[in-house]
Amino acid sequence: MKSDIIKGLQKKKNQILEDWITIQVADAGLREDLMSNDELREQSSELLDALLKAINDKNIINIESPDFEQVHEILAGLSISRARQGFSPRETGIFVYSLKEALLKNLDIDQTEDVKTTVETIFKINRLLDNLSVVTFETYIKGREEVILRQTDEITEISTPVIRVWEGILALPIIGTLDSARTQVVMENLLQEIVESGSTIAILDISGVPAVDSLVAQHLIKTVAATRLMGAECIISGIRPEIAQTVVHLGIDLSNIVTKATLANALKYAFALLKLDVRKIQNKVSQ
Amino acid sequence: MMKMNQKLMKIVLNKDSMRIEKEQDVVPFRNRVKENAVKIGMGVVNQTKLITAASELVRNMLKYAGGGLVLIEAITEGRDSGIRLTFQDKGPGIKDISLAMKDGFSSGKSLGIGLPGTRRLVNEFDIKSIFGEGTTVSIIKWKNG
Repeated sequence: MKSDIIKGLQKKKNQILEDWITIQVADAGLREDLMSNDELREQSSELLDALLKAINDKNIINIESPDFEQVHEILAGLSISRARQGFSPRETGIFVYSLKEALLKNLDIDQTEDVKTTVETIFKINRLLDNLSVVTFETYIKGREEVILRQTDEITEISTPVIRVWEGILALPIIGTLDSARTQVVMENLLQEIVESGSTIAILDISGVPAVDSLVAQHLIKTVAATRLMGAECIISGIRPEIAQTVVHLGIDLSNIVTKATLANALKYAFALLKLDVRKIQNKVSQ
Repeated sequence: MMKMNQKLMKIVLNKDSMRIEKEQDVVPFRNRVKENAVKIGMGVVNQTKLITAASELVRNMLKYAGGGLVLIEAITEGRDSGIRLTFQDKGPGIKDISLAMKDGFSSGKSLGIGLPGTRRLVNEFDIKSIFGEGTTVSIIKWKNG
């Protein structure tokens, strides 16, 4: 690898930048709604600057070299922000891949050199840019995962509403899996609401829980025990036939807990406990 | 004359594997098991039993070994079809399997029904563990079992 090739690239920086942007703009997938051309130019120029500054004869074959740290940083920052803005992987990928095309196009190939050297040079540049692409993808995925994790947190928070169905009766529909973190939220909300509303009966509805394994059962038992400590009765409703069979086979003992098949049944039981009576009004026949 | 005493062979029709590393993997894993069970036409009750068993074992794997690999296979044996799940981990292993298979025993702070309960939920249950090297649990739930 002759250093004049790198020098040549550094000299041609503006041309490379122009070519690079042309390729990016030409791609049909460019999202002008998410990023203006000026912004694109700015980002491209920043990355190209850093790359051309970092690259030299020695480190071109060693992509792990600390010289590329800044390049990696810029690239990681770019792809994370793109992941958050909602760019597709293709759009993010093209950003780096098109740089390869622009670089190779502007490579000063000495006509007197033999084919082997030229091919080697091209290989080296290829490898370098491929590595940059990998960095881009890794951070892009990481950015996406962050989005997912944030949504998971949000779902946990909004998915445990405590409803006052009647004076003294609370209902808590649980939808999704009950894991330890979720149980904590459910329990806290429920106990807090029992204090605030002065309720004496809480109905935990598990119609929306896909499977009851021993961990979920353990969490349910704990929640019921905590509710009882607060002086309220806890009813578990929404036990589907297949869940009932599974719980029995698994050997979980729920016999100390009042369980009902449907929320309606649980409510009826709660009314009975509170000595309330729900009746259809009999229309008096006028005489 | 040919005798029909050939032992029935289990034939793997479909293979799928999934790496479990964190608690967030449990739900997607369960959905994957469910998809496979639905594909072979398993009924709702058996589906739920299988998923619950899978959920027990995968939680054990996370809790004691910090994760591992699960193989999901659709298999047939004669006219029966079913799902086989194989859980492999490189965790601490189980010191005394017969004790771990007892109801009410737990080295952690759980109900202690995970392993024995799982065995009751499935048709075939096989556990191998080398103390200090890891554990492999394999379960089969037949479609009509």
